[in-house]
Amino acid sequence: MLDIVWAHLEEIVAVLLFGIGFTTLLLNRNLIKKIIGFNIMDTAVYLFLTSVGYIEGRAAPILKDGVTSAQAYTNPIPAGLVLTGIVVSVSVTALMLALTARLYRRYHTLDIDRIALLMKGEDA
Amino acid sequence: MAFVQNVPFFSIMLCMASGIAGAMVPGRVARWWTAALSAIVAALNLWLLCYLVPLGESYTYMMGHFPAPWGNELRAGPLEALLAVCFSLIMLLSVLGGMAKLNQQVDRKKINVVCVMLDLVLAAMMSMIYTNDLFTAYVFIEIMTLTSCALIVCRQNGRSLVSAMRYMIMSLLGSGLLLIAISMTYNLTGHLLMENIHESFVELYQTGEYAMPLTVVIGLFFVGLGIKSALYPFHTWLPDAYGYTTPTSSAVLSSIVSKAYLFLLVKIFYRVIGPELLIENHALNLPFLFGVVGMVMGSVNAIFSHDLRRMVAFSSIAHIGYIYAGLGLGTLAGFAAALYHMLTHAFAKSGLFIAASSLADASGDSKRFSDLRGAGFRNPAAGVCFVFGSLSLVGVPLLGGFVSKLYLGDAALGRGGLHMWVMLVALALSTLLNTLYFLKTVITLYRPPREGFVPPPAPPNRLGNATLWIFAALNLLVGLLASPIMDAIKQGLSLFA
Repeated sequence: MLDIVWAHLEEIVAVLLFGIGFTTLLLNRNLIKKIIGFNIMDTAVYLFLTSVGYIEGRAAPILKDGVTSAQAYTNPIPAGLVLTGIVVSVSVTALMLALTARLYRRYHTLDIDRIALLMKGEDA
Repeated sequence: MAFVQNVPFFSIMLCMASGIAGAMVPGRVARWWTAALSAIVAALNLWLLCYLVPLGESYTYMMGHFPAPWGNELRAGPLEALLAVCFSLIMLLSVLGGMAKLNQQVDRKKINVVCVMLDLVLAAMMSMIYTNDLFTAYVFIEIMTLTSCALIVCRQNGRSLVSAMRYMIMSLLGSGLLLIAISMTYNLTGHLLMENIHESFVELYQTGEYAMPLTVVIGLFFVGLGIKSALYPFHTWLPDAYGYTTPTSSAVLSSIVSKAYLFLLVKIFYRVIGPELLIENHALNLPFLFGVVGMVMGSVNAIFSHDLRRMVAFSSIAHIGYIYAGLGLGTLAGFAAALYHMLTHAFAKSGLFIAASSLADASGDSKRFSDLRGAGFRNPAAGVCFVFGSLSLVGVPLLGGFVSKLYLGDAALGRGGLHMWVMLVALALSTLLNTLYFLKTVITLYRPPREGFVPPPAPPNRLGNATLWIFAALNLLVGLLASPIMDAIKQGLSLFA
C-alpha cells in the first residue's frame, strides 16, 4: 500500500491540490481567495502533467553531445502543454483580477454574497 | 488537394487577424467589419459545404510540418461545414440586429473592443468546430470563455459585472475539470489527436485495462462541458448573464457560445470515445437524466419569471436539456436529432433575444409583462419575429422546433425500453410548459395596452427591423429544409465514426 502511494506521490498530491483549489473556487465567498483557488487548481493539473511527462535519467529534448537516440530524451509535448496552460491561466487570472477591482470599486467589498445583495438594490 | 479545402484554416485565421486589426480602427469601421467578416466566413463555409456534401467525404488538414500522430490537425466534413455556415450567419444577424442597441448601451470609445471580442468568438467557434486536437480545443475554449465574459460585461453596469463574475467562476470550474480530463486522456493514451485517442480507447476497452479511469474521464468531460453549456443543475450563472447584457451579446452567447461547447461534446462523445463504447459503459445515462430534468425544470423556471428577457434565458436551459437528452439516447438518430435541435434552437433563440429587446424599446424600455401589452402592434417586425421564434420552440408544424421534436421522439422510439418512455413523457410535459409561457407572452404582446400607458415612441431602426424579418424567415426555412439539413447531419455523423 505504502509503496503504491510512494510511487504515485506526485499524482496523489496533484489530485489533492486540485480538490482544494476546486472547492475554494466554488465555495469561498472572498473573490481574491476564489482566484487563489483557481490558480491552485490549475497548478495541480500542471504538476500532474509534468510528473507524468518526466522520466528519470532522461534529458530535456535538446540535442546534446551528438546523442540522437530517442531513449536519451523525454517527450516535449507534456512540457509544451504545461507552458500553454500557464499562458491561459495567467490571462484568465488577469481578467478575474480586473473584474474584482471593478467590483470592489463599485461595492467596497470582496464578498460575493454581499455584492449580490447590494446589486439587488440597484436598477436593472 | 482542392483549393476549397483551405477554407477552415482561412476562416480561423481571418477571424483572428480581424480581432487584432479591430483594436486599431475606429468603432464605426470595426462594427461594419465584424458584420462583413461573419458574412465572408459564412460564404466561404457555404462554398466548402457545397463541395463536401456531393462528395460525401471528410478530410484532415495538416497544420504546420509535423504529420499525424505528433502535429496539429484540422478536420472538415459536411457536418462541420453546415454548423460553421449556420453559426456565422447567426453572428451576422445578431450583430446587425443589435447594432443600434450596441451604440446606445456601450461607451463610444469601447465599441471596437466589443467588435474585437465578437471576432474572437467567431474565431474560437470556428476552431472548436474544425479542430482535430483536444488541447487546441481546450485553448480555444478558454478564449471563448474570456471573450464571452467581456461580452457580458460590456454594458458596464453593476448587474452585468456581477453576472460576468458568476459566469467566470462557473466557467473556470468547468474548464478545470475539462483540463484534468484532457490530461488524463493524454496520460491513458499518449495522444491528443481525436482519431488516435479513439483507437487507443477502443484497444483499452477491449483489453479491459483502465476501465475505471476511462469512466472517470468520460464523466469529467461531460460535467466540464455541461457546466460551460449551462446544463440544468449548473445553470445558475445563465439567466443573469443573458438577461442583463446587450441584445447582441445575449444572442451570441445563447446561440453560438453554448452550442460550440455542445458540439465539442458531441465530437468527444462520438469521435473520441465512440458510441459503442459509450452505450456499453452506461455513461450516457448521466447526460440523458440531466437533460430530461433540465427539459422540465427550465420551463418551470421560465413560467415563474416576470421579465421578458429572463424568461427567454430560462427557456434556453430547457432547450439545452433537449439537446443533452438527445445525446443521451446514444444512437445515431439521437445524436442527429440533438444536432438538429442545436440549429433550430440557435436560430430561434438569437431572434427571440433581438426581438425581445426591440419590444422592450417599443414599451418605454420596460421588460415587465404588464408594460409589454400591445408591443406587437407598436413594433410589427419584432412582434412577428417573436411569434415565429416562440412557435418554433413550442413545436408548431412547418417551423424548425416541430421537426426537431419529431426527430427526438423518433430517436426515442428507435432506442426503446425505459429511455423511450422517459423521453416521450418529458417531451410531452416540456412542450406543454413551453406552450404555457410562450403563448402567454405572445398573447400579451397583442393585447390592448394598459389604460393610460403611452410609451415614448422608439427611435426608428430600419436595419434592426429588416434583421428581425430575416430571423422570422429563417425559423421557417430551417423547418422547411429539414430533410436536406438532416441528411447533411447524418452524413457528417457517419463520417465521424
